[in-house]
Amino acid sequence: MSGVRVLVGTRKGAFVLTADGGRRDWQVDGPHFGGWEVYHVAGSPADPDRLYASQSTSWFGQLIQRSDDGGRTWQQVDHDFTYEGGAGEHLWYDGTPRPWEFTRIWHLEPSLTDPDTVYAGAQDAALYRSGDGGKSWQELTGLRNHASGPRWQPGAGGLCLHTIILDPNDPNRMYVAISAAGAFRSDDAGVSWRPINRGLRSEGIPDPDAEVGHCVHRIALHPSRPDVLYMQKHWDVMRSDDAGDSWREISGNLPSDFGFPIAVHPHEPDTVFVVPIHSDSEHYPPQGKLRVYRSRSGGDEWQPLTQGLPQSHCYVNVLRDAMAVDTLDDAGIYFGTTGGQVYVSPDSGDTWAPIARDLPAVLSVEVQTLP
Amino acid sequence: MNTVRVKLPTHLRGLAHVDGEVELSVDGPVTQRAVLDALEQRFPMLRGTIRDTTTGKRRAFVRFFACETDLSNDSPDDPLPQQVTAGTEPFLVVGAMAGG
Repeated sequence: MSGVRVLVGTRKGAFVLTADGGRRDWQVDGPHFGGWEVYHVAGSPADPDRLYASQSTSWFGQLIQRSDDGGRTWQQVDHDFTYEGGAGEHLWYDGTPRPWEFTRIWHLEPSLTDPDTVYAGAQDAALYRSGDGGKSWQELTGLRNHASGPRWQPGAGGLCLHTIILDPNDPNRMYVAISAAGAFRSDDAGVSWRPINRGLRSEGIPDPDAEVGHCVHRIALHPSRPDVLYMQKHWDVMRSDDAGDSWREISGNLPSDFGFPIAVHPHEPDTVFVVPIHSDSEHYPPQGKLRVYRSRSGGDEWQPLTQGLPQSHCYVNVLRDAMAVDTLDDAGIYFGTTGGQVYVSPDSGDTWAPIARDLPAVLSVEVQTLP
Repeated sequence: MNTVRVKLPTHLRGLAHVDGEVELSVDGPVTQRAVLDALEQRFPMLRGTIRDTTTGKRRAFVRFFACETDLSNDSPDDPLPQQVTAGTEPFLVVGAMAGG
């Protein structure tokens, strides 16, 4: 019987949660790398036993771990993330120039076809690639050296490259998102990049048509229709039907259009999930009710999903990398909270149940659908 | 050749898969740089965790103590105390108390 493996990164280690296709009874394994922040754990679509994990602390810096057996054992691989050709400068919060400085890897995106190829998104923003299973990393310099680079400014969480999307139909097309520079697309496998932020509107930017400066929180697409992108921005939920060339708002009847994650149903390209958060100063759900909102019309019309989720006195957040979907026939939706809960819905969001309630603050959730 | 004792913080002992102190053979003058070079040579997984791989500078939240003295801001090429060189006192790599 098929099953799922949920990869959870937290403030104090990584956890691997497994279940059969029923997704009712769970085994919790961890913590791996106890005491370390694990911003992301990701599995290779080409080899589900190949995992990569980003492990860091403010004390001892950045490490990368790799597993070849589905997370049972791990080996440390290379963690030398160098800014090729020198650091250069971007803008600091106060608008003054500041040298690029490496802090951590936020996101790891394994290749869709090769287990040894993996991309890494850094703070301060840069994109790295390894073609040898993490034994070495090379910066894809065309992104950071884009002409707008010296004008990029950090969001509250830092100048972080947190989203990497590989187009399943076009191996040369990639997307990244950077807080608070915006979204970028490459059509030549990461060699050159262009900002794709037309139609985004952001408070605090004097120029309403600014090429960069938008605080994009997360982008998602459905593999069957990769030119349609969904975006949760700092404020506003957005959609593009032309691979990011233009965007329109689809926030519709959401109780708040602030939030972090966004995910697309694995079998329904027009079904989208978000978790509205009250505001950027109050990082908790409106009215203390943890609600996932689902649109089955590609945006604008949203339905709250509440069954099994706390509907009073809930003041957790759901971070940008902490939502995922499996690909079983009855699609599973997953998310983790800053309160340490990981929830699963085995029925496309209709009902929810906690897998774990008391983990450290959850930074990321990924799910692998196993044969 | 001197045998130097090094005491690592918990997280780094875990990475290096060691319990307790580490004993290192250090050729030539016993300095911070020589000790850390020997440490990283024996435990390559510690590269970058104590000092920046590019600049060689001590990471901000890491301190170096020996003989009840904070040596963190000494030159990496200054000789370490004679007790460290002789192996009667350990060289301590300490994770600063920060973050509550």
